[in-house]
Amino acid sequence: MLNLKTHFLSNFKVSATKIAIPVCIALSTLAQLSNAQTAVKNAGLKTPEGFSATILASNLGSARHLVVTPQHDIYVRLARPVNGKGTLVLHESDGKAVVKSGFGNYGGTGIYIKNGYLYDSSNEEIFRYKLNAQNEVINPNAPEKIVTGLISRFQHETKSILVDDNNNIYVNIGAYLNSCQEKDRQRGSMGVKGCPLLDSAGGIWMFKTDKPNQQLGDGTRYATGLRNVVGLDWNKQDNQLYVMQHGRDQLHDIFPDMYTVKDNANLPAETMYALKKGANAGWPYIYYDPIQHKEMVAPEYGGDGKKSTTEYLEPAAAYPAHMAPNGLLFYTGNQFPEKYKNGAFIAFHGSWNRSPEPQAGYFVVFQPFKNGKPTGQWEVFADGFSGSAAQTASGRAEHRPCGLAQGPDGSLYVTDDSKGTLYKITYKKS
Amino acid sequence: MKPFLLTLFVLFSTHIIFAQVKKAPAHKPVASKNRIEISSASKASMTNGQAIYSQSCVSCHQPDGYGVQNMNPPLIKTSYVLGDKTRLITILLKGLSHQEIDGNMYQNVMPSHDFLTDQQIADVLTYVRNSFGNKASAVTEPEVKALRAKK
Ligand code: HEC
Repeated sequence: MLNLKTHFLSNFKVSATKIAIPVCIALSTLAQLSNAQTAVKNAGLKTPEGFSATILASNLGSARHLVVTPQHDIYVRLARPVNGKGTLVLHESDGKAVVKSGFGNYGGTGIYIKNGYLYDSSNEEIFRYKLNAQNEVINPNAPEKIVTGLISRFQHETKSILVDDNNNIYVNIGAYLNSCQEKDRQRGSMGVKGCPLLDSAGGIWMFKTDKPNQQLGDGTRYATGLRNVVGLDWNKQDNQLYVMQHGRDQLHDIFPDMYTVKDNANLPAETMYALKKGANAGWPYIYYDPIQHKEMVAPEYGGDGKKSTTEYLEPAAAYPAHMAPNGLLFYTGNQFPEKYKNGAFIAFHGSWNRSPEPQAGYFVVFQPFKNGKPTGQWEVFADGFSGSAAQTASGRAEHRPCGLAQGPDGSLYVTDDSKGTLYKITYKKS
Repeated sequence: MKPFLLTLFVLFSTHIIFAQVKKAPAHKPVASKNRIEISSASKASMTNGQAIYSQSCVSCHQPDGYGVQNMNPPLIKTSYVLGDKTRLITILLKGLSHQEIDGNMYQNVMPSHDFLTDQQIADVLTYVRNSFGNKASAVTEPEVKALRAKK
């Protein structure tokens, strides 16, 4: 099932015309004005009727993924350590979350709690810490190193992690190239035959949770052909791993004869995949066209902008290009209205590669699911992170949503890795 | 909203809108101002340079030259943009990756742009050196030609 809000994208076209500029300025002034009126009430965000947002904490650092314990402790991973601490421990009470401690002198993205352990990742390694009955880390200075030596070469270097019910830990190893060209991102450069980097990156690897110092070769390549995954979660209804892929960049820059600036802004889709062991999502050989709903042969590998194939795993859902899905969460709580149950929240970090067209994203989306499959149109759930329509368009966003977590009472937690804000979104029946 | 409040709100916001519209010209791109001030950057170089910039550089360095946080560096008053022309031209001819730029590291790579002609490289660098608040001497076609010949 594929959903694309085309009207959402075409809205931006209006703002590009010269005549519309004064109108836009007027409109954004109005928007700012009404934002300012509700900012205190709703943390500067726009949420659906009945929902409200608050800011639990600010200026935490580059806050990436997070977990919330039943005891209302919140573990937040930082991309870069602050005062030597890469994971912060906050405690929430009375609508505020206060940092009580921190540990681990390594930055990173991935964090997960399962069966009495807290797992976290740097950009090369995975660690675990034993928890006590209150879900507190017993010895913050002595983690076990579970996995070591994963590839991290500047691009797509973060490692997102998840543990299943059978003591397996899944980790994304992002591709360190855009489209496996002989010369990365260079105009006209063709794809390397067989794209050898897929042996060590561009997929999801599976390791054991209880074996120390595993290297790449000790793990299993669970799924391949995934350029970069940051948001991932386990869907309990159909019992499988779901991931959000960041699609490739720069179709126009690299192949200007085949793709216009507009094509570049709208291609390819950001894709959601339901993975089974051995799945191949096709990067770098294909990209997914969200308008034609087709797997298109990549121009680096003989594509001409028209050739398509059905060789690879079909996405479970597709979203507009370049919006950078960094968080995925299946909602299993009871606080939100029935329609949200078992559906997916997706945090879109926001685009840069739509330029010179206006940027997009910087919001949290809800994707309805039925019987473990995406059904129906996705919708914007929480918007306004960027600060204003103009800041969304320019890409100079104030806040950028990244990690998602569900609290013990079914509230939704969202991190912002730009200003280090921690948001909480709750629902109250009127 | 009550009608009285609504009227107040409309009046108030109309006032703001007009203030905003009147102020708008102040937001004009810096480049257009510099175009007049700069002596060595000819109008033709600036116009051609801008066209090449929007064709080949804009997706990474962005329309305002501001770049993308942690990914692509800004082209605003960096030591590379305002500094030694040889180093600057070489970046376009050969590309650059994972070098520290004025204290920051960036995840992305700068691909080689050797497919541009000498004149195009001169123009786009002249444009960059005299836009986004930058002000520096023009880059000329012979300067690019000499460096390309060395390779
Ligand atoms: C694929 C994205 C990309 C494109 C396209 C691109 N650049 Fe870059 N550029 C970069 C990155 C990334 C760096 C930093 C490389 C590093 O960290 O070593 C950079 C560095 C630079 C620098 C030196 C550092 C600075 O910020 O002053 C200059 C100057 C520059 N680019 C100019 C250009 C111009 C002019 C064009 C167009 C002709 C262009 N770039 C196209 C990504 C890009």
